[in-house]
Amino acid sequence: MKFLSEYRDPELVKDYLEEIKNTVTQPWTIMEVCGGQTHSLVKNGLLNLLPDEITMVHGPGCPVCVTPLNLIDKAVHLALDKGVILCSFGDMLRVPGSEKSLLQAKAEGGDIRILYSPLEAVKIAEENPDKQVVFFAVGFETTAPANALSVLHAHRKGLNNYSILASHVLVPPAISAVMADEDNVIQGFLAAGHVCTIMGIEEYYPIVEEHKIPIVVTGFEPVDLLQGILMVVKQLEAGVHKLENQYSRMVEPEGNPEAIKVIRSVFDIHDREWRGIGNIPESGYEVKPELAQFDANIKFAVDITAAEESKECIAGDVLRGIKKPHQCPQFGKKCTPSTPLGAPMVSSEGACAAYYHFSNANLTEELV
Amino acid sequence: MALKTDCPLPTLDFDVITLGHGSGGLLTHKLLETGVFDLLKNEHLDAQHDGAFLELEGKTAFSTDSFVISPIIFPGGNIGELAVNGTVNDLAMCGAVPQYLSLGFIIEEGLTMAEFWEVLVGVKYAAERAGVQVVTGDTKVVERGKGDKLFINTTGIGKVHAKANIAVNRIKEGDKIIVSGELATHGIAIMSVREGLEFETDIRSDTQNLNHVVIDLIERFGDDIHVLRDPTRGGVATVLKEMATQSALGMTLDHNSIPVNDGVEGACEMLGLDPLYVANEGLFIAVVDASREAEFLAKLRETEEGSNAACIGTVTSQHPGQVLMTSAIGGRRVLNMLPGEQLPRIC
Repeated sequence: MKFLSEYRDPELVKDYLEEIKNTVTQPWTIMEVCGGQTHSLVKNGLLNLLPDEITMVHGPGCPVCVTPLNLIDKAVHLALDKGVILCSFGDMLRVPGSEKSLLQAKAEGGDIRILYSPLEAVKIAEENPDKQVVFFAVGFETTAPANALSVLHAHRKGLNNYSILASHVLVPPAISAVMADEDNVIQGFLAAGHVCTIMGIEEYYPIVEEHKIPIVVTGFEPVDLLQGILMVVKQLEAGVHKLENQYSRMVEPEGNPEAIKVIRSVFDIHDREWRGIGNIPESGYEVKPELAQFDANIKFAVDITAAEESKECIAGDVLRGIKKPHQCPQFGKKCTPSTPLGAPMVSSEGACAAYYHFSNANLTEELV
Repeated sequence: MALKTDCPLPTLDFDVITLGHGSGGLLTHKLLETGVFDLLKNEHLDAQHDGAFLELEGKTAFSTDSFVISPIIFPGGNIGELAVNGTVNDLAMCGAVPQYLSLGFIIEEGLTMAEFWEVLVGVKYAAERAGVQVVTGDTKVVERGKGDKLFINTTGIGKVHAKANIAVNRIKEGDKIIVSGELATHGIAIMSVREGLEFETDIRSDTQNLNHVVIDLIERFGDDIHVLRDPTRGGVATVLKEMATQSALGMTLDHNSIPVNDGVEGACEMLGLDPLYVANEGLFIAVVDASREAEFLAKLRETEEGSNAACIGTVTSQHPGQVLMTSAIGGRRVLNMLPGEQLPRIC
C-alpha cells in the first residue's frame, strides 16, 4: 500500500535495527507517549528485535485509558436514565465504569451508538429533534478539531439537542507530569506524531530545556518508530538533548493552524483528572462558557461522585511507566480484555491490551 | 445477481409485511403463495405438509445457523444468500455434500415486500448454485422494534463424503495451514454500509457456497485433509487459536503470506481493525498433510473460489495451544481469540 509499505520495508527495518545496535553502548529507558505507537511496537513484534540495552516504556497516551471513571459513569447515566442518544468512538464502550461499561448499558437498553466521526452525531441530532444527543468527546489533541467542529456545526444549525461530554487531554502536560514524578526512570521520549500534526512542535521546546531530555516527534510505522528510537539513542549517547522531528512528512513545525483555530474557538484549557494518574494542571480541554449549551457536563448537571478504582489494578503504575503490564499479578488471569479490571486492558492502544493481544501471559517474558 | 431479472416481484395487493402475514391465516397464505413456494419449488416443498419426508443413508452431517446481519442487503449479496451459503458451508466443512435445508424467517413488521422478495431471490439463487433444496420452512412476523427487519435461520442436512475424515484431533506436527482466498472482505463490505461508518469502496462480500470446491478436494485428497473450517465471525485468527487449543499443538504463521486485498487492507488501516479478526463468508481454512501441500494449493488455485489461496503457516509441536505469527518485518506476535466484538479505535 502506497505511503505505508515503504515504512514497513523489512530491509529498512533491518538497517535501522543494525544502526541502533551499533550506536547503543549502555542501557537507556525511552517512553513512547502514544498508545498508537505502543500498539505498533507490539503488533509488529519490534520489542523483541530491539537490543537488550533499550527498554521501551509505554506512556499515558491512550485516551480511553485515562478517561476518568466518573465520566464513564456519567455517560452510562445519561444513556440509561436520561433517555439520551449517546454516541461514542468504539473502544470507549468496553471500558469498565464503577458499575458497568457503556456496552453493558447498551445491553440494558441504552441507545448507544458507535461512530467514527462526531459530525455523524450532529446528523443524528438533526434527525431526532425530540431526543437529546450527546457525543462522548474523548481523545488527545488529535480528535479535538473534529469534536470542536461538531459543536460549531450544531451551533450554526441552531440545534438545541446536541452536546458533547468532553474528556480531552493534552500531551505536553502529561510528559511534564511523567518527568516530575519522583519515581521517574524515563530518559527520552518519542512524542506522538499525530498530535503534533495538529498542534505543531513548539510547545515541546520548553520541556526539552526544563528537563534536559531528548524528545523526538515520531510516526507509527515500524520504520518511523525505529528511526525515532535511533534519533533518541544518538542524542542520549552524545549527551545532548534536543527536540527533533522524525515525522516531518506529516508534521509541520507550526502544526495545522486551521485545526488549532477551530479548537481554540470551542475549548478552553483546564486542569484535568487522568484516570490512574491523578490531576494534572492545565492538561485538558473544556467547552468555553459561551458555548455552554453544547457542554453535556453543564446541560445535564448530574453529580456523580468519583468512584474508587479496583485495588487490584496497577494501571496508574503502567501509565506512568513504572511497571510493565505483565508485572501485574492479575495480567492475563483475573484481568483480560473480556474481563478488564482497568482501562489499559480495553483499548488495543492500552499497554495491557497490546501486551495481551500480541503476546501472552506465558510467552510475554520471551517475546517482550 | 443474474437471476433477479428472471424473478420480478409479483403484483400484490400489499407492499409492506404486517403482523397479519405471520398469523398463519389468510395473509400468511397470500404471502407464501405469491412468492415463496413458486420461487423455491421442489417436490418436498410442494407437498406443503408440516414437515418434509427425507430418505437418508450413511453418515449424515447436520448443522444450523442463524443470520441477523444488518443491513440485510449489502454490497455483494443479501441475508438470503448468506443464510443458504452459511449452512451449506458448515456442512461442507464437515466433509458433507449438502442436500436439504430448512428456512425460518422472523420478519419485523414493516419490511417491504420488495426487500423480502430480493432476499427470497437470493435464497433461490444461492440454493441453486449449491445444489440444495429448501424442503421445509416457517415464517413469523414480530412487532416493529422487536426485530431488525429480518432474521433467518437455516438448518441443513448433508451426506458425508466416503473419503472425508475430518477432525481436529487429526491435526499433526508439520501439517500445512491453507486459506482459500483473501481475508476480511465480508466484514469490511458490511462495515462500509453500516450506519455511522459509511465509506466509499468497491469491496464486496465474499459470500459464496464452498461445497463444490471442497467436495472436489476431498475426492482428490481424501484423508490427507485433516481439518476444514470456515472462519466466519471472529475471523481466521480466532479459528486458528481454537484449533491450536483443541489439538494441543502450536501454529506458526507468516504474515507476508496472508492474502488480503489492497482495498480491504486500506479500510482496515483506516478503521483500526485487524483483517485476521474480521468476518469472512466465502473462505475456508484447510489443514493438510505437508506432503500434499503443493498439489492441494495448485488444485485449489485452479478454481474460482480458490484463485487467491495461499499457505499461511505450519503446525508445530512448539508452544502448544498458541498461534505465533512472524510479522512482515521479522518480529513475532501471539494471536489470541477475539474478545467480544472488534471495536474501532479512537485514533
